[in-house]
Amino acid sequence: MSIFRLSLRNMTSRPLSTTLSLVLLTLGVGMIALLLQVNRHIQQQMENNVRGIDMVVGAKGSPLQLILSAVYHIDAPTGNIALHEAERLQNNRLVASGIPLSYGDSYQGYRIVGTDHQYPKLYVATVVEGQLWQAPFEVTVGATVANLLNLKIGDNFVGAHGLTEGGEVHDEHAYQVVGIFDYTNSVLDQLILTATESVWAAHHHEEESDTTASTENESHAHEEGEKDPEHHEYEEGEEHHEHEEAREITAMLVKFRSPMGMVQLPRRVNEDTNMQAAVPAYEISRLFSLMGVGVDTLSTIALVIMAVSGLSVFISLFNALKDRQYEMALMRTYGASRWQLVGLVLQEGLLLTLAGFSLGILVSRLGLWLISGLMEASYHYSFSGWGWMAEEWWLLASALAIGLLASLIPAIRVFRINISKTLADA
Amino acid sequence: MFKTYSLSFAYNQQVSFHFPDIELDAGENLLILGESGIGKTTLLHLMAGLLQPQSGRVELMGTLIHELSSSQLDRFRGSHIGLVFQRPHFVRALSLQENLALVQHLARKPVDKSRIKEVLDGLGIGHKLSEKPHRLSQGEQQRAAIALAVINRPQLILADEPTSSLDDKNANRVARLLQEQAFTTEAQLIIITHDQRLKTQFSNTLTL
Repeated sequence: MSIFRLSLRNMTSRPLSTTLSLVLLTLGVGMIALLLQVNRHIQQQMENNVRGIDMVVGAKGSPLQLILSAVYHIDAPTGNIALHEAERLQNNRLVASGIPLSYGDSYQGYRIVGTDHQYPKLYVATVVEGQLWQAPFEVTVGATVANLLNLKIGDNFVGAHGLTEGGEVHDEHAYQVVGIFDYTNSVLDQLILTATESVWAAHHHEEESDTTASTENESHAHEEGEKDPEHHEYEEGEEHHEHEEAREITAMLVKFRSPMGMVQLPRRVNEDTNMQAAVPAYEISRLFSLMGVGVDTLSTIALVIMAVSGLSVFISLFNALKDRQYEMALMRTYGASRWQLVGLVLQEGLLLTLAGFSLGILVSRLGLWLISGLMEASYHYSFSGWGWMAEEWWLLASALAIGLLASLIPAIRVFRINISKTLADA
Repeated sequence: MFKTYSLSFAYNQQVSFHFPDIELDAGENLLILGESGIGKTTLLHLMAGLLQPQSGRVELMGTLIHELSSSQLDRFRGSHIGLVFQRPHFVRALSLQENLALVQHLARKPVDKSRIKEVLDGLGIGHKLSEKPHRLSQGEQQRAAIALAVINRPQLILADEPTSSLDDKNANRVARLLQEQAFTTEAQLIIITHDQRLKTQFSNTLTL
């Protein structure tokens, strides 16, 4: 019967206070670990998806909405922009590449995005089966979509209008699966990619009514633009695309040739054109600072819970010791040294906090798993990687510090115990 | 070979005790009788090294126990002195067998299950091995307390009022068992009590 086993037996012999301490510790540690993990996953996902995109151009509206819809595909689009206007921007000497995106339709809740072959290249996506789309109404499907909807090469499906399930079905045009992407751990896994022309064709009947409105806007924009001498460089080649003037896309992902682009272009687009430019890096940091308030509140609550759990461990040990004064004196008469008994008390405190910490980490992973499932279901986003984080070492250190601190006073009392008096008083 | 020389102890200026010298040879037992408040427990704690005397010495097997350091004394007490108290106390979380194993471990001796069984059988509670001590009857508890005192084969067994809470039958039995255990482990036994019933069982008595 070693001191270590005696610690364990002492803990199990007072199940109620041990359970209370454990529950509080588990709650505190679990909440903090979960927050850390969720925060990391969201940041990772956000940063992973924004890679290689310096600026997003779309219809006027909320810049954050534009970023969320065009980069992360989790919000509704702000509207459409004229293709020729986007192309004019694409031809600017500061722009390295511009990827057109047309979206608004979905299949079983997964977005169908009309684009060109540069888009999968952006996420270094490789095709595991089949090939990239070559003609309108051919689609290449993201890994998660293919997996969850059980899509295979040669399958046909019709898209629905709108981004949620149950929209109006475009049943005159069926898409055909010609390829499936490998996992990229980016938003691409959740998308169905096709040629921009497919989206135009599917929406042909709607465009007719839209055209008048958009051309009115165009002419308005031109009048204003004429005052700006630099505006001319957008206009080259406009004449040749006369019939494409009606063509629209939803957004364009722009990569700059040099940092100069970041300085000049976003402002110029916002001021001189009918389009809106949003910088993902800026909008995302704004989003995080908004979210940060909530995260801070939750971490404060979790810290308070941890402090209370420390108090509970202290009370539990202190009370147990009061009941066990005589036991301690008895053990001293049988040859236990002061330090052995101090070790016994410290061990109980540390064992308790260590057990609470382990349970807390377990709960955080369970919570992460649940949240991941929830995100998967409602945003088609999932977390990957459950690994240990550097911050969790700090969490472990603070949990152990709490255990040590809580058992310090009881340990000092044990060290100073007056054997004779304790035995005589019993 | 147990001796005390001019032991004295004072709790404060009003309450101070001077104790007569005691000298015991191997195999000798002693019954110390005294009324309440005369310092019986103080004497026992002095002899066990639980209290530091104001003056005087306690010698067991050639060792002056009050000259040892605190941790040396703990160790010495654990392996050479067995204590039995008025009311038996145990480590609540552990069974009887585990309590005895703990006492062996604390005295830095290997846990010896057959020794535990032997001692408990000798005291007639061998069948209570895995019982929690506080669930035993009073008489059984006092016998279990004797088991704790003798498990490490000490040279000196000190008992403080071991029989005062027991009825006549159990009191006699406990006194006899203590003598038996002292005899088999070749220990010297000192019982300090106000219990006059024990007088008949001891030839060597000292009245404070």
